[in-house]
Amino acid sequence: MASLKNVRMKIAGVKKTKQITKAMNMVSSAKLRGAQARIEKFRPYADKFYNMLSEFSDQLGGINHPLLVKREELKNAGILLVTSDRGLAGAFNANLISAAFKLAQEKESAGIKPVFYCVGRKGVDSIRKAGRQQELALTDQMGSLNWSVASDIGNQVIAAYTDGSIDELNIIYGQFISIAKQGVGSLTILPVSHSSDKTANVKSAEGSKTEAPAGDIIYEPEEDVLLAELLPRFVKVQIHRALLDTSASEHAARMNAMDNATRNCDDITASLTLLYNKTRQAVITTELIDIVGGVEALNG
Amino acid sequence: MEKGIHLSIVTPDDVVFDAPVSYVGIPGTLGDFGVYPGHAALLSSLRTGCLTYKTDERTVNVFVSGGFVDVTKESVTILADAANPAEQIDIDRAAKAKERAEARLKDATEEVDVKRAEAALRRAVSRLNVAATINK
Repeated sequence: MASLKNVRMKIAGVKKTKQITKAMNMVSSAKLRGAQARIEKFRPYADKFYNMLSEFSDQLGGINHPLLVKREELKNAGILLVTSDRGLAGAFNANLISAAFKLAQEKESAGIKPVFYCVGRKGVDSIRKAGRQQELALTDQMGSLNWSVASDIGNQVIAAYTDGSIDELNIIYGQFISIAKQGVGSLTILPVSHSSDKTANVKSAEGSKTEAPAGDIIYEPEEDVLLAELLPRFVKVQIHRALLDTSASEHAARMNAMDNATRNCDDITASLTLLYNKTRQAVITTELIDIVGGVEALNG
Repeated sequence: MEKGIHLSIVTPDDVVFDAPVSYVGIPGTLGDFGVYPGHAALLSSLRTGCLTYKTDERTVNVFVSGGFVDVTKESVTILADAANPAEQIDIDRAAKAKERAEARLKDATEEVDVKRAEAALRRAVSRLNVAATINK
Protein backbone atom coordinates (compact mmCIF):
# COMPACT_ATOMS: atom_id res chain seq x y z
CA MET A 1 0.00 0.00 0.00
CA ALA A 2 1.17 3.50 -0.85
CA SER A 3 2.60 5.49 1.98
CA LEU A 4 0.65 8.42 3.39
CA LYS A 5 3.21 10.94 2.24
CA ASN A 6 3.13 9.62 -1.33
CA VAL A 7 -0.62 9.93 -1.58
CA ARG A 8 -0.56 13.40 -0.11
CA MET A 9 1.99 14.50 -2.70
CA LYS A 10 -0.04 12.97 -5.51
CA ILE A 11 -3.15 14.85 -4.40
CA ALA A 12 -1.23 18.10 -4.29
CA GLY A 13 0.13 17.40 -7.78
CA VAL A 14 -3.28 16.71 -9.28
CA LYS A 15 -4.63 19.87 -7.69
CA LYS A 16 -1.89 21.90 -9.33
CA THR A 17 -2.62 20.30 -12.71
CA LYS A 18 -6.23 21.25 -12.22
CA GLN A 19 -5.28 24.86 -11.69
CA ILE A 20 -3.38 24.84 -14.96
CA THR A 21 -6.14 23.21 -16.99
CA LYS A 22 -8.67 25.59 -15.49
CA ALA A 23 -6.54 28.57 -16.43
CA MET A 24 -6.04 27.22 -19.95
CA ASN A 25 -9.77 26.78 -20.28
CA MET A 26 -10.33 30.42 -19.42
CA VAL A 27 -7.59 31.60 -21.77
CA SER A 28 -9.10 29.55 -24.59
CA SER A 29 -12.56 30.91 -24.01
CA ALA A 30 -11.20 34.45 -24.20
CA LYS A 31 -9.32 33.61 -27.38
CA LEU A 32 -12.37 31.94 -28.83
CA ARG A 33 -14.29 35.15 -28.37
CA GLY A 34 -11.58 36.98 -30.31
CA ALA A 35 -11.65 34.41 -33.09
CA GLN A 36 -15.41 34.59 -33.35
CA ALA A 37 -15.25 38.37 -33.49
CA ARG A 38 -12.83 38.10 -36.40
CA ILE A 39 -15.24 35.80 -38.22
CA GLU A 40 -18.03 38.29 -37.60
CA LYS A 41 -15.93 41.10 -39.03
CA PHE A 42 -15.08 39.11 -42.10
CA ARG A 43 -18.63 38.02 -42.81
CA PRO A 44 -19.88 41.29 -44.38
CA TYR A 45 -16.99 41.23 -46.82
CA ALA A 46 -17.50 37.58 -47.71
CA ASP A 47 -21.26 37.99 -48.16
CA LYS A 48 -20.93 41.05 -50.34
CA PHE A 49 -18.21 39.41 -52.32
CA TYR A 50 -20.29 36.30 -52.99
CA ASN A 51 -23.21 38.52 -53.99
CA MET A 52 -21.06 40.42 -56.42
CA LEU A 53 -19.51 37.29 -57.86
CA SER A 54 -22.81 35.50 -58.36
CA GLU A 55 -24.37 38.57 -59.92
CA PHE A 56 -21.40 38.77 -62.18
CA SER A 57 -21.28 35.12 -63.15
CA ASP A 58 -24.98 35.22 -64.02
CA GLN A 59 -24.21 37.89 -66.56
CA LEU A 60 -21.50 36.12 -68.44
CA GLY A 61 -21.96 32.77 -70.04
CA GLY A 62 -19.14 32.09 -72.44
CA ILE A 63 -16.12 33.61 -70.80
CA ASN A 64 -13.59 31.13 -69.59
CA HIS A 65 -10.64 31.50 -67.33
CA PRO A 66 -7.73 29.15 -66.54
CA LEU A 67 -8.81 28.93 -62.91
CA LEU A 68 -12.24 27.64 -63.94
CA VAL A 69 -11.10 24.88 -66.27
CA LYS A 70 -11.10 21.39 -64.88
CA ARG A 71 -7.97 19.60 -66.04
CA GLU A 72 -8.41 16.31 -67.83
CA GLU A 73 -5.27 14.69 -66.59
CA LEU A 74 -4.37 15.06 -62.95
CA LYS A 75 -0.76 14.53 -61.96
CA ASN A 76 -0.25 16.49 -58.78
CA ALA A 77 -2.90 17.30 -56.24
CA GLY A 78 -2.24 20.10 -53.78
CA ILE A 79 -3.52 19.63 -50.26
CA LEU A 80 -3.70 22.72 -48.10
CA LEU A 81 -3.78 21.51 -44.53
CA VAL A 82 -4.72 24.04 -41.89
CA THR A 83 -4.00 23.08 -38.29
CA SER A 84 -3.20 24.90 -35.08
CA ASP A 85 0.26 25.78 -33.79
CA ARG A 86 -0.24 24.33 -30.35
CA GLY A 87 -1.50 21.05 -29.04
CA LEU A 88 -3.56 20.22 -25.95
CA ALA A 89 -6.72 20.61 -27.94
CA GLY A 90 -8.01 17.07 -27.75
CA ALA A 91 -8.27 15.21 -31.02
CA PHE A 92 -8.57 18.44 -33.00
CA ASN A 93 -5.25 18.36 -34.84
CA ALA A 94 -5.12 14.57 -35.03
CA ASN A 95 -8.46 14.55 -36.87
CA LEU A 96 -7.32 17.14 -39.37
CA ILE A 97 -4.02 15.42 -40.01
CA SER A 98 -5.55 11.99 -40.44
CA ALA A 99 -8.11 13.45 -42.85
CA ALA A 100 -5.23 14.91 -44.84
CA PHE A 101 -3.38 11.58 -44.92
CA LYS A 102 -6.53 9.79 -45.97
CA LEU A 103 -7.01 12.22 -48.83
CA ALA A 104 -3.36 11.82 -49.81
CA GLN A 105 -3.72 8.04 -49.91
CA GLU A 106 -6.85 8.30 -52.03
CA LYS A 107 -4.98 10.49 -54.47
CA GLU A 108 -2.02 8.14 -54.53
CA SER A 109 -4.14 5.10 -55.25
CA ALA A 110 -5.58 7.03 -58.18
CA GLY A 111 -2.06 7.63 -59.43
CA ILE A 112 -1.95 11.29 -58.41
CA LYS A 113 0.94 12.68 -56.44
CA PRO A 114 -0.12 14.68 -53.37
CA VAL A 115 1.72 17.90 -52.59
CA PHE A 116 1.23 19.43 -49.19
CA TYR A 117 0.84 23.05 -48.21
CA CYS A 118 0.68 23.41 -44.46
CA VAL A 119 -0.38 26.17 -42.14
CA GLY A 120 0.09 25.57 -38.43
CA ARG A 121 2.98 23.86 -36.66
CA LYS A 122 1.14 20.62 -35.85
CA GLY A 123 0.43 19.92 -39.50
CA VAL A 124 3.90 21.00 -40.61
CA ASP A 125 5.57 18.66 -38.12
CA SER A 126 3.50 15.61 -38.89
CA ILE A 127 3.86 15.98 -42.65
CA ARG A 128 7.60 16.37 -42.23
CA LYS A 129 7.76 13.27 -40.04
CA ALA A 130 5.84 11.31 -42.63
CA GLY A 131 8.49 12.37 -45.12
CA ARG A 132 6.07 13.84 -47.61
CA GLN A 133 6.68 16.68 -50.00
CA GLN A 134 5.79 20.01 -48.44
CA GLU A 135 5.73 23.17 -50.53
CA LEU A 136 4.65 25.53 -47.82
CA ALA A 137 5.24 25.35 -44.09
CA LEU A 138 3.75 28.31 -42.33
CA THR A 139 3.82 28.46 -38.55
CA ASP A 140 3.02 31.03 -35.87
CA GLN A 141 0.32 32.66 -37.97
CA MET A 142 -2.82 31.31 -36.36
CA GLY A 143 -2.60 33.77 -33.49
CA SER A 144 -2.62 36.87 -35.65
CA LEU A 145 -4.68 36.12 -38.70
CA ASN A 146 -5.39 38.86 -41.12
CA TRP A 147 -6.10 39.25 -44.77
CA SER A 148 -2.45 39.43 -45.82
CA VAL A 149 -1.80 35.88 -44.56
CA ALA A 150 -4.61 34.49 -46.69
CA SER A 151 -3.53 36.70 -49.54
CA ASP A 152 0.06 35.41 -49.49
CA ILE A 153 -1.06 31.78 -49.34
CA GLY A 154 -3.52 32.46 -52.14
CA ASN A 155 -0.86 34.00 -54.36
CA GLN A 156 1.42 31.03 -53.84
CA VAL A 157 -1.14 28.33 -54.58
CA ILE A 158 -2.52 30.21 -57.57
CA ALA A 159 1.00 30.57 -58.95
CA ALA A 160 1.58 26.84 -58.44
CA TYR A 161 -1.71 26.05 -60.14
CA THR A 162 -1.04 28.33 -63.08
CA ASP A 163 2.44 27.01 -63.78
CA GLY A 164 1.16 23.45 -63.61
CA SER A 165 2.97 22.18 -60.53
CA ILE A 166 -0.42 21.30 -59.05
CA ASP A 167 -3.56 20.39 -60.99
CA GLU A 168 -6.07 20.86 -58.23
CA LEU A 169 -6.14 22.14 -54.69
CA ASN A 170 -8.06 20.75 -51.76
CA ILE A 171 -8.20 22.46 -48.44
CA ILE A 172 -8.61 20.65 -45.14
CA TYR A 173 -9.47 22.82 -42.19
CA GLY A 174 -11.22 22.80 -38.85
CA GLN A 175 -14.85 23.59 -39.38
CA PHE A 176 -16.44 25.58 -36.61
CA ILE A 177 -19.96 24.25 -36.16
CA SER A 178 -20.61 25.34 -32.60
CA ILE A 179 -18.68 25.72 -29.37
CA ALA A 180 -19.44 22.10 -28.54
CA LYS A 181 -18.93 20.71 -32.03
CA GLN A 182 -16.08 21.05 -34.48
CA GLY A 183 -15.75 19.12 -37.68
CA VAL A 184 -13.20 18.52 -40.38
CA GLY A 185 -13.99 20.66 -43.38
CA SER A 186 -12.80 19.68 -46.83
CA LEU A 187 -13.20 21.77 -49.94
CA THR A 188 -11.83 21.81 -53.46
CA ILE A 189 -10.88 25.39 -54.16
CA LEU A 190 -8.94 25.01 -57.39
CA PRO A 191 -10.19 24.74 -60.06
CA VAL A 192 -12.91 27.13 -58.96
CA SER A 193 -16.13 25.21 -59.36
CA HIS A 194 -19.57 26.58 -59.95
CA SER A 195 -21.05 24.42 -57.26
CA SER A 196 -18.91 26.04 -54.60
CA ASP A 197 -20.10 29.51 -55.43
CA LYS A 198 -23.64 28.21 -55.59
CA THR A 199 -23.57 27.03 -52.00
CA ALA A 200 -22.15 30.40 -51.13
CA ASN A 201 -25.04 32.05 -52.92
CA VAL A 202 -27.56 30.20 -50.86
CA LYS A 203 -25.80 31.28 -47.70
CA SER A 204 -25.58 34.93 -48.60
CA ALA A 205 -29.06 35.09 -50.08
CA GLU A 206 -30.54 34.32 -46.67
CA GLY A 207 -29.09 37.38 -45.05
CA SER A 208 -29.19 40.14 -47.58
CA LYS A 209 -31.72 41.16 -50.14
CA THR A 210 -30.50 40.32 -53.59
CA GLU A 211 -31.25 43.17 -55.88
CA ALA A 212 -32.17 42.08 -59.34
CA PRO A 213 -29.65 43.51 -61.74
CA ALA A 214 -31.37 46.42 -63.41
CA GLY A 215 -30.69 45.89 -67.07
CA ASP A 216 -27.18 46.11 -68.34
CA ILE A 217 -24.29 46.49 -66.01
CA ILE A 218 -21.28 48.48 -67.06
CA TYR A 219 -18.07 46.58 -66.60
CA GLU A 220 -14.83 48.37 -66.18
CA PRO A 221 -12.41 47.00 -67.37
CA GLU A 222 -13.83 44.31 -69.71
CA GLU A 223 -15.51 41.22 -68.31
CA ASP A 224 -12.59 38.85 -68.79
CA VAL A 225 -10.08 41.20 -67.17
CA LEU A 226 -12.44 41.71 -64.27
CA LEU A 227 -12.99 37.98 -63.93
CA ALA A 228 -9.24 37.48 -63.87
CA GLU A 229 -9.15 39.71 -60.81
CA LEU A 230 -12.26 38.34 -59.14
CA LEU A 231 -11.35 34.67 -59.27
CA PRO A 232 -8.03 34.80 -57.40
CA ARG A 233 -9.77 36.90 -54.81
CA PHE A 234 -12.49 34.32 -54.48
CA VAL A 235 -9.82 31.70 -53.78
CA LYS A 236 -8.31 33.96 -51.13
CA VAL A 237 -11.70 34.61 -49.55
CA GLN A 238 -12.17 30.86 -49.20
CA ILE A 239 -8.71 30.41 -47.72
CA HIS A 240 -9.26 33.27 -45.29
CA ARG A 241 -12.56 31.81 -44.20
CA ALA A 242 -10.93 28.41 -43.65
CA LEU A 243 -8.14 29.97 -41.59
CA LEU A 244 -10.58 31.89 -39.40
CA ASP A 245 -12.76 28.83 -38.95
CA THR A 246 -9.79 26.70 -37.96
CA SER A 247 -8.66 29.25 -35.42
CA ALA A 248 -12.10 29.43 -33.84
CA SER A 249 -12.52 25.67 -33.71
CA GLU A 250 -9.02 25.24 -32.30
CA HIS A 251 -9.91 27.35 -29.31
CA ALA A 252 -13.30 25.71 -28.91
CA ALA A 253 -11.67 22.27 -29.05
CA ARG A 254 -9.09 23.29 -26.47
CA MET A 255 -11.81 24.68 -24.22
CA ASN A 256 -13.61 21.35 -24.30
CA ALA A 257 -10.42 19.38 -23.79
CA MET A 258 -9.46 21.51 -20.81
CA ASP A 259 -12.94 21.26 -19.41
CA ASN A 260 -12.68 17.47 -19.54
CA ALA A 261 -9.22 17.58 -18.01
CA THR A 262 -10.46 19.71 -15.14
CA ARG A 263 -13.26 17.26 -14.52
CA ASN A 264 -10.84 14.33 -14.62
CA CYS A 265 -8.67 16.09 -12.05
CA ASP A 266 -11.67 16.26 -9.75
CA ASP A 267 -12.31 12.55 -10.21
CA ILE A 268 -8.70 11.64 -9.53
CA THR A 269 -8.58 13.87 -6.46
CA ALA A 270 -11.69 12.18 -5.12
CA SER A 271 -10.34 8.66 -5.57
CA LEU A 272 -6.95 9.66 -4.18
CA THR A 273 -8.58 11.22 -1.13
CA LEU A 274 -10.41 7.97 -0.57
CA LEU A 275 -7.13 6.09 -0.83
CA TYR A 276 -5.52 8.58 1.55
CA ASN A 277 -8.21 8.08 4.17
CA LYS A 278 -8.06 4.33 3.85
CA THR A 279 -4.29 4.34 4.21
CA ARG A 280 -4.49 6.62 7.24
CA GLN A 281 -7.08 4.34 8.84
CA ALA A 282 -4.87 1.32 8.17
CA VAL A 283 -1.89 3.06 9.80
CA ILE A 284 -3.95 3.90 12.88
CA THR A 285 -5.20 0.34 13.10
CA THR A 286 -1.66 -1.08 12.96
CA GLU A 287 -0.48 1.37 15.60
CA LEU A 288 -3.40 0.43 17.88
CA ILE A 289 -2.61 -3.25 17.44
CA ASP A 290 1.00 -2.53 18.36
CA ILE A 291 0.01 -0.60 21.51
CA VAL A 292 -2.57 -3.16 22.61
CA GLY A 293 -0.04 -5.94 21.96
CA GLY A 294 2.57 -4.12 24.08
CA VAL A 295 0.16 -3.64 26.93
CA GLU A 296 -0.82 -7.29 26.85
CA ALA A 297 2.85 -8.27 26.92
CA LEU A 298 3.50 -6.07 29.98
CA ASN A 299 0.48 -7.46 31.83
CA GLY A 300 1.21 -11.01 30.93
CA MET B 1 -32.46 57.68 -48.33
CA GLU B 2 -34.57 59.76 -50.69
CA LYS B 3 -31.81 61.46 -52.56
CA GLY B 4 -28.84 59.76 -50.98
CA ILE B 5 -26.87 56.77 -51.99
CA HIS B 6 -25.83 54.08 -49.56
CA LEU B 7 -22.08 53.66 -49.34
CA SER B 8 -20.47 50.71 -47.65
CA ILE B 9 -16.74 50.22 -47.50
CA VAL B 10 -15.76 46.78 -46.30
CA THR B 11 -12.39 45.12 -45.98
CA PRO B 12 -11.72 41.52 -44.96
CA ASP B 13 -10.70 42.73 -41.52
CA ASP B 14 -13.44 45.24 -40.81
CA VAL B 15 -16.42 47.29 -41.97
CA VAL B 16 -14.92 50.74 -42.43
CA PHE B 17 -17.97 52.76 -43.40
CA ASP B 18 -21.65 52.02 -43.83
CA ALA B 19 -24.04 54.97 -44.20
CA PRO B 20 -25.88 57.07 -46.78
CA VAL B 21 -23.91 59.78 -48.59
CA SER B 22 -24.65 62.22 -51.39
CA TYR B 23 -21.63 61.62 -53.61
CA VAL B 24 -18.77 59.15 -53.99
CA GLY B 25 -15.59 59.66 -56.01
CA ILE B 26 -13.94 56.36 -56.80
CA PRO B 27 -10.46 55.56 -58.10
CA GLY B 28 -11.15 52.88 -60.73
CA THR B 29 -8.44 51.01 -62.59
CA LEU B 30 -9.37 52.81 -65.80
CA GLY B 31 -9.66 56.22 -64.18
CA ASP B 32 -11.45 58.05 -61.43
CA PHE B 33 -15.19 58.38 -61.63
CA GLY B 34 -17.90 59.99 -59.59
CA VAL B 35 -21.14 58.42 -58.50
CA TYR B 36 -24.30 60.38 -57.71
CA PRO B 37 -27.60 58.76 -56.74
CA GLY B 38 -29.24 57.02 -59.67
CA HIS B 39 -25.99 56.00 -61.32
CA ALA B 40 -26.17 53.11 -63.79
CA ALA B 41 -25.19 49.70 -62.44
CA LEU B 42 -21.47 49.25 -62.68
CA LEU B 43 -18.83 46.81 -61.61
CA SER B 44 -15.24 47.93 -61.61
CA SER B 45 -11.94 47.09 -60.07
CA LEU B 46 -10.15 49.59 -57.87
CA ARG B 47 -6.66 50.90 -57.96
CA THR B 48 -4.68 52.17 -54.99
CA GLY B 49 -5.76 55.70 -54.38
CA CYS B 50 -8.07 58.16 -52.74
CA LEU B 51 -11.79 57.68 -52.45
CA THR B 52 -13.93 60.70 -51.61
CA TYR B 53 -17.42 60.76 -50.23
CA LYS B 54 -19.63 63.70 -49.39
CA THR B 55 -22.35 63.87 -46.82
CA ASP B 56 -24.39 66.94 -45.94
CA GLU B 57 -21.89 68.06 -43.34
CA ARG B 58 -18.54 67.12 -44.68
CA THR B 59 -16.28 65.66 -47.33
CA VAL B 60 -14.08 62.76 -46.32
CA ASN B 61 -11.11 61.25 -48.11
CA VAL B 62 -10.43 57.55 -47.66
CA PHE B 63 -7.34 55.66 -48.70
CA VAL B 64 -8.28 52.45 -50.52
CA SER B 65 -6.12 49.77 -52.02
CA GLY B 66 -7.01 46.91 -54.31
CA GLY B 67 -10.45 45.43 -54.70
CA PHE B 68 -13.74 46.10 -56.42
CA VAL B 69 -16.63 48.45 -56.46
CA ASP B 70 -20.19 47.43 -57.12
CA VAL B 71 -22.54 50.27 -58.01
CA THR B 72 -26.29 49.85 -58.19
CA LYS B 73 -28.99 52.53 -58.39
CA GLU B 74 -29.16 53.06 -54.68
CA SER B 75 -25.94 51.67 -53.28
CA VAL B 76 -22.19 51.66 -53.70
CA THR B 77 -20.25 48.77 -52.23
CA ILE B 78 -16.50 49.01 -51.98
CA LEU B 79 -14.68 45.76 -51.37
CA ALA B 80 -11.10 46.77 -50.70
CA ASP B 81 -8.03 44.98 -49.38
CA ALA B 82 -7.33 47.95 -47.17
CA ALA B 83 -9.19 51.17 -46.41
CA ASN B 84 -8.28 53.96 -44.01
CA PRO B 85 -10.17 57.23 -43.57
CA ALA B 86 -7.75 60.17 -43.78
CA GLU B 87 -7.84 60.95 -40.07
CA GLN B 88 -7.00 57.37 -39.16
CA ILE B 89 -3.89 57.06 -41.27
CA ASP B 90 -0.72 56.51 -39.31
CA ILE B 91 1.57 59.01 -41.02
CA ASP B 92 4.76 57.79 -39.32
CA ARG B 93 4.07 54.24 -40.33
CA ALA B 94 3.30 55.19 -43.92
CA ALA B 95 6.46 57.30 -44.09
CA LYS B 96 8.52 54.42 -42.80
CA ALA B 97 6.88 52.04 -45.25
CA LYS B 98 7.77 54.47 -48.01
CA GLU B 99 11.42 54.53 -46.96
CA ARG B 100 11.52 50.74 -46.73
CA ALA B 101 9.99 50.34 -50.17
CA GLU B 102 12.42 52.83 -51.67
CA ALA B 103 15.36 51.04 -50.11
CA ARG B 104 14.11 47.72 -51.39
CA LEU B 105 13.62 49.12 -54.88
CA LYS B 106 17.26 50.21 -54.92
CA ASP B 107 18.76 46.82 -54.27
CA ALA B 108 16.00 44.53 -55.50
CA THR B 109 17.20 42.11 -58.13
CA GLU B 110 14.32 39.84 -58.94
CA GLU B 111 11.42 41.07 -60.96
CA VAL B 112 8.93 39.88 -58.36
CA ASP B 113 10.66 41.90 -55.66
CA VAL B 114 10.57 45.02 -57.80
CA LYS B 115 6.85 44.60 -58.43
CA ARG B 116 6.09 44.09 -54.77
CA ALA B 117 8.23 47.00 -53.70
CA GLU B 118 6.62 49.23 -56.29
CA ALA B 119 3.17 48.26 -55.08
CA ALA B 120 4.21 48.92 -51.48
CA LEU B 121 5.64 52.28 -52.47
CA ARG B 122 2.47 53.21 -54.31
CA ARG B 123 0.41 52.34 -51.24
CA ALA B 124 2.64 54.31 -48.92
CA VAL B 125 2.67 57.38 -51.15
CA SER B 126 -1.09 57.43 -51.60
CA ARG B 127 -1.60 56.94 -47.88
CA LEU B 128 0.56 60.00 -47.28
CA ASN B 129 -1.27 61.96 -49.95
CA VAL B 130 -4.65 61.12 -48.50
CA ALA B 131 -3.46 62.00 -45.00
CA ALA B 132 -2.14 65.33 -46.30
CA THR B 133 -5.60 66.35 -47.53
CA ILE B 134 -6.71 66.91 -43.94
CA ASN B 135 -4.44 69.83 -43.32
CA LYS B 136 -5.55 71.74 -46.36
